Amino acid sequence: MTTSRRTLILTTGALLAAPRLAAAQETPGVTATEIRIGSTNALSGPASTYSVITKCLTAMFQRLNDQGGVGGRKIAFIAYDDAYQPPRTLEQTRRLVEQDKVAFLFNQLGTPTNSAIHRYVNQRKVPHLFLATGADKWANPKEYPWTIGWQPSYRTEAQIYAKYILEQKPNAKIGLLYQNDDFGKDYLHGMKDVLGARFDAMVKTATNEATDPTIDSQIVSLQAAGCDTLVCGIIPRFAAQAIRKVHDLGWKPMMFMTNVSVSAGAVMQPAGPEKGVGLITSDYRKDQSDPAWANDPGMAEWRAFMAKYIADGDLSDNNYTYGYGAGSTMIQVLRQCGNDFSRENVMKQATNIAPMDIATLLPGVQVQTQPGNYNVIRQMQLQRWDGKSWVRFGKVIEGANT
Amino acid sequence: MNGLAHQIVAGIATGGIYAAVALAIVMIYQATHHVNFAQGEMATLSTFIAWSMINAGMPYWVAFFATVAVSFAIGVAIERLLMRPVQNAPELTHVGVFIGLLLIIGNATGWIFGYTTKSFPSPFHSDKPLAGGLISAHELGSTVVTLAVLLLVWAFFRFTRLGLAMRAAAYNPRSARLVGIRVGWMLALGWGLAAAIGAVAGMMVAPIVFLDPTMMLGILLYAFAGALLGGIDNPMGAVIGGFVVGVLENLAGAYVVGTELKLTVALAIIIGVLVVRPSGLFGRVVYSRV
Repeated sequence: MTTSRRTLILTTGALLAAPRLAAAQETPGVTATEIRIGSTNALSGPASTYSVITKCLTAMFQRLNDQGGVGGRKIAFIAYDDAYQPPRTLEQTRRLVEQDKVAFLFNQLGTPTNSAIHRYVNQRKVPHLFLATGADKWANPKEYPWTIGWQPSYRTEAQIYAKYILEQKPNAKIGLLYQNDDFGKDYLHGMKDVLGARFDAMVKTATNEATDPTIDSQIVSLQAAGCDTLVCGIIPRFAAQAIRKVHDLGWKPMMFMTNVSVSAGAVMQPAGPEKGVGLITSDYRKDQSDPAWANDPGMAEWRAFMAKYIADGDLSDNNYTYGYGAGSTMIQVLRQCGNDFSRENVMKQATNIAPMDIATLLPGVQVQTQPGNYNVIRQMQLQRWDGKSWVRFGKVIEGANT
Repeated sequence: MNGLAHQIVAGIATGGIYAAVALAIVMIYQATHHVNFAQGEMATLSTFIAWSMINAGMPYWVAFFATVAVSFAIGVAIERLLMRPVQNAPELTHVGVFIGLLLIIGNATGWIFGYTTKSFPSPFHSDKPLAGGLISAHELGSTVVTLAVLLLVWAFFRFTRLGLAMRAAAYNPRSARLVGIRVGWMLALGWGLAAAIGAVAGMMVAPIVFLDPTMMLGILLYAFAGALLGGIDNPMGAVIGGFVVGVLENLAGAYVVGTELKLTVALAIIIGVLVVRPSGLFGRVVYSRV
């Protein structure tokens, strides 16, 4: 009985206190000394390799607080675990918004997870900033003005490949293999954005389901159709299969692979590193293992941060360079806010970032936003597999959504 | 046309995968008259066990047979510990246990070995590509292995007293018990053999589709379609069914319905067979007198 009585007292107390709190606090999540920011991430479960992003962001806000905070206030960063399960993301997000009363949400991880709260945060008009997902749907200011992504979308990536193909092989016959879902269709849309009316004549498409055992049949079809270029928007397991099959068939198309499926360990090694020579992908970050950045000031800044705040962090994990980039963007927005941390102003500043360089991004790749364009990063550089590692080539290319 | 021939050869290669898994489904059905939904997950777990042994430095074939033995033991243990207590419970209870097993084994595999895609070695190698790269030495080798397993299963049920006893225990447990067959152990043996065949299938499939905890998820559905098509109580039929599904799926995907509806072909086969000819192409029609 004691529990229920305690609950009752607490609930009553909370109910009585709530209206007074709201009255005393005009801007949710912001007091004279503190700004509360909420986030969710897969801190457990199959996607938990991404949990280091939260670790990185927490440390970055710690550094900001050590430097005196922003607008005279310290940042309280609250991150909950959703285990990459959309229903839990919704539950935790509601907890952040309704109980913790955060000022806004930042860098929540995952496409299905953010999809689950997309409507909720927009109905509530809570800024839903710089999400950790590459889907294109976050750049839709007309229908979802309170949501904005960060990294280049899969669609932007496909636009960049299409631009490069047109430049190198204006008469290419392109085979496009994509997964039949939101992720894969971004590649279809990106190719269409650039090729426009020529799409039907130039491109032969094939799709696969995430549950398909193999994609051999699709590869064989595209080869039989006479394609000399192949663009793949598929998950790592099928990426490895595609690289191997194309090689075994003796087919030598100019081949592009989505940059989420090019991990040296999880894709290139299983496929056979020698079979992927010449494969093209793209990146927007500096690869910390690349000797070209040994004396780079941006990377030196990142290394100093890691040494001081995350001494036990794995320096080869590129989630840390990702987190540093997203965190730097967030801090820039907070600085731009001045003394007004209302949700309206936070959103206004987040969508009015003048082009800026970020320590961990490639030279020429800039972060920028406009109220009508929510694609935060629009440029990438191509890179080619040489049998051992990825080698950057050419200049930075900008997508078509500009 | 060249493209057509290519699709058929690629289909036979994929069909070999379905045939191997279909054989495991038939095995458990022969022995227990149940279809085990966790069959695919059990096979994946076995493959990870083999992967660990090979990574620890064991020669391939030693790891292969050790895994088959371990899987057999796991299969027997599952029957003894989990299935036996619900032996006389209604069908729905069994389905519940199978789905529970699927979730538990699937997630445990991911928890222990991680979700990253891994490569799995193949014992079959060839210096030059076969049939213009359409079929790999491994795909050819694994088809031979599947056919060898088929031959063993067929001979086991046909020529050995144990095989006969297992069939009797599945078809008519009460009479079997009356003639002195230890029905409980026959069921456990059936589970063990099915798990062992599943392990072989897993190790043959993994070099083709790459190893991760969800490896078998899609394959099981196609294998089930193959097993039903050939007749779920006929090992030979299931293997032929597996190959037919592989080829049919490719041809339909490439020329008829498009790649978006490839998976639907497998589902259509399942429903079609159940409606038109529930016993499958090669299955026996069983009449029971009431």
